[in-house]
Amino acid sequence: MIVGEQKPISEIKEIIAPYKKILILGCGTCVKTCFAGGEDEVAVLASALRLACKKDGKEIEIEEFTVERQCEDEFIREGAPAISRNEGVLSLACGAGVQALARRFVKIPILPGVNTTFIGVLEKQGVFTEECSGCGDCMLAIFGGICPFTRCAKKLLNGPCGGSQNGKCEVNPETDCAWQLIIERLKILGQMDNLRAYVPPKNWQTGLSGGPRKLVREDHII
Amino acid sequence: MNMKASGKLQEILSKGEFAVTAECGPPRGANSEIVRKKGELLKGYVDAVNVTDNQTAIVRMSSIAACTHLLQMGLEPVMQMVTRDRNRIALQSDIMGAYSLGITNILCLSGDHQSFGSQPDALNVFDIDSMNLIRTVQTMREQGKDMSGFELKGPPAMFIGAAANPFADPFEYRVIRLAKKIDAGADFIQTQCIYNIDRFKEWIKMAREEGLTEKVHILGGVTPLKSAGMAKFMNNKVAGMDVPESLIKRIAGVPKEEAVKEGLKICQETIAQLREIKGVHGIHIMAIEWEEIVGEIVEEAGLLPRP
Repeated sequence: MIVGEQKPISEIKEIIAPYKKILILGCGTCVKTCFAGGEDEVAVLASALRLACKKDGKEIEIEEFTVERQCEDEFIREGAPAISRNEGVLSLACGAGVQALARRFVKIPILPGVNTTFIGVLEKQGVFTEECSGCGDCMLAIFGGICPFTRCAKKLLNGPCGGSQNGKCEVNPETDCAWQLIIERLKILGQMDNLRAYVPPKNWQTGLSGGPRKLVREDHII
Repeated sequence: MNMKASGKLQEILSKGEFAVTAECGPPRGANSEIVRKKGELLKGYVDAVNVTDNQTAIVRMSSIAACTHLLQMGLEPVMQMVTRDRNRIALQSDIMGAYSLGITNILCLSGDHQSFGSQPDALNVFDIDSMNLIRTVQTMREQGKDMSGFELKGPPAMFIGAAANPFADPFEYRVIRLAKKIDAGADFIQTQCIYNIDRFKEWIKMAREEGLTEKVHILGGVTPLKSAGMAKFMNNKVAGMDVPESLIKRIAGVPKEEAVKEGLKICQETIAQLREIKGVHGIHIMAIEWEEIVGEIVEEAGLLPRP
């Protein structure tokens, strides 16, 4: 899923400062799962902002609404009436959701309330880890299901750097060395030979280096 | 094509003689005098001088420029090149530029992560890794082509070095990685600083058993310790460094004013042991910001005069 984190309230206050009537729009998919922008977070943030603005002596009207997914028109539509009657929208979706709204409602400022951080997994309750950088050319088959582009701080393709010690990454001792994990996994799978082979330079064209990407599924276009 | 660089370092190693290299870190500024001063301290004592490439991710005079200053003094540089700061286009361009200036040795590295440096907010590149860089330089030399397969007019023919850290984990993979670097095109290897000689011996034994020491010239890295504090710091704070407790105790056990002497003694003992190890073809002295000691170390070790 897409993992995000709500911006600090001080920053949100600055972002919404020019407006007297705003909608906080939640998204019920990824950001809900990571406690950044679902219905509950919308309610908590709205209360906190109302209180903070009152303390500052600022008058503001805050409306709350949450759609299932902000990255799809079909769901955005449900929020249209609420969006249209406000001066601005504070979106608690990921960056894709914010932009999908901005595309649909050109005359209303759509403001981000969340920092989109990564594509990751829920490691355990309250802990999310980055696992995929969406490079467009998945090589997990040879790396035992562990992505070195994403999980090695140096994006090394041909084995661990000299800073891997006791299974930890030199950049952050709390982070597992991706290569240690790869080696352990390939040992279990009996595929250590994968590591003897030279991995050529990655073709980044399928990633963001090739410019913003577009996926066209002709078979689904009506 | 099969062109090879014909520097002094390559000549010494291919003759089977014991090589001595040292390190010169470029200044944080544009003063070439600083490079020349360091060069003067090393001249006549070593066969080649590694010039670091923004080491520890701190911005410094470029390795190419500092190499050129050394060249002008009659010293042979080993240009270090990291993949952290440049994409494949810039790397290949700089390799050609360096060779055109007379630089014939390269050490291919990934580079210290920028979070350790003075500008941790920088974007890192890592378009290719050190293994890919080794293969790139080799392809330029052996096939005369760049990474796209384009035939180069006057391809650079560098003598190719790579790094190895026998002290990092996972230990069992370290020899596989060495083998990969040799396959990719490494002609010589400079290792991380050796303090844990037992582990080094174990590593090189594994390399020997795989026949790797016949295919590549291994130069053992040494760094003289100056104090017990330095030994502890290197062990605890420098990634991939292994200073055994017994060594830390040994240097802590002498009076403070004797620590430098003791450190140099340890360094000499390490060098003496390295010279006895089959498969070690030289030493690489990394006296960080202490270039003036290099001559003394080499002389004391009985490695003078240099060929």
